[in-house]
Amino acid sequence: MSKPIIATTSLAGCFGCHMSLLDIDERILELAELVEFNKSPINDIKKFTKKCDVGLIEGGVCNSENIHVLKDFRENCKILVSVGECAIMGGLPALRNNIPLRECLEEAYLDGPSVENNEERIIPNDEELPLILDKVYPCHEVVKIDIHLPGCPPSADMIYEALVSLITGKELKVPYEAFKYD
Amino acid sequence: MSKVLNFTIDGVICMAEKGQTILNAATANKIYIPTLCNLPGLKPRGSCRVCNVKVNGKFLTACTTPVAEGMEIENNSEDIIDIRKSIIELLLVEGNHYCPYCEKSGNCDLQAIAYKYNIPAPRFPYQFPDRDIEATNGKLLKDHNRCILCKRCIRGIKDEDGKSIFAFKRRGHKVIINIDTRLSANMTDEMAQEAMDICPVGAIIKKEIGFKVPIGERKYDKEPIGSDIEEIKATTI
Repeated sequence: MSKPIIATTSLAGCFGCHMSLLDIDERILELAELVEFNKSPINDIKKFTKKCDVGLIEGGVCNSENIHVLKDFRENCKILVSVGECAIMGGLPALRNNIPLRECLEEAYLDGPSVENNEERIIPNDEELPLILDKVYPCHEVVKIDIHLPGCPPSADMIYEALVSLITGKELKVPYEAFKYD
Repeated sequence: MSKVLNFTIDGVICMAEKGQTILNAATANKIYIPTLCNLPGLKPRGSCRVCNVKVNGKFLTACTTPVAEGMEIENNSEDIIDIRKSIIELLLVEGNHYCPYCEKSGNCDLQAIAYKYNIPAPRFPYQFPDRDIEATNGKLLKDHNRCILCKRCIRGIKDEDGKSIFAFKRRGHKVIINIDTRLSANMTDEMAQEAMDICPVGAIIKKEIGFKVPIGERKYDKEPIGSDIEEIKATTI
């Protein structure tokens, strides 16, 4: 039997959930025995080369590129997992959801205290750049998500146990102490 | 001694005094019924509906319904838990609850009940309402993003004359909690702490001190809400 294939990505996130995945320490050797990684920032594979069994999504959806990547994951992964608060509810990036987008961009590129050398008062708007969405959306409001792992970040144990349960088909049992939103 | 009433919760035989509410009687019989708006010592309001139980086939709020002789109460059946979960999920999407940076995280009743019922993500779409933060009061910070309008602060925090320091302002969906400037002028640090503690969420935050208790030692870090009431403690979900 071939090994289950895992893909991961970080959308509007801070890579903290990927760091938490790496926090499984030496168990990463066991995981490497159990699974094969495809598209992921961990191995720097940029494009899907085959269909995957599990896709781990970190971060919410804040721009058109995030939507594209998320839909790509949905098409190529049998099971899609929202990892962490940002993927589940937008998280800290969603703090901008109550501020009009124009105000956010003006603060970032024109009027913010750390803005320098922008005499022409340009807000980047090249067509090569992903279009920023009006709000930061939870992943499950864009595509179907099968499993949610809460936490900021979810603990390494929880991510590991979730992966093992998905691979082996065993029921995922999360201890109370590990199930947290923060 | 007042008359003793016999009733059952999920088939467990319980006893109550006449006039006792289902919630108080359940607590006395070491059975936990979750609630957000109720607080021992305050007149029950029945507004959050989280304490819904099924009595003889009807849904009633346990905090406002007195026990009657022979009542058969369901507290943990599937439909009740689904109703409670849906209420918690509605509250989570109705406000802006950013647990990762909230000072009340770990000590928050709303979050603790969501943990107890193992809610990984709400079934409803997030509303991201536009709400304010007010820091005009000297001792307290109000974050309307997190307020669930339970009225616990209004009912529980009073000055020496029995006047409420908190009040509702505006009407309908625009209603918010407000602090009386005059009455709160002489607020002590203890009262400010009491106001923060009485809030089941993080809508009232005491200024100048924060994140004092480290992660792992907070109220609901190790044991689910209600563990102090229940005889059989739940260790896993």
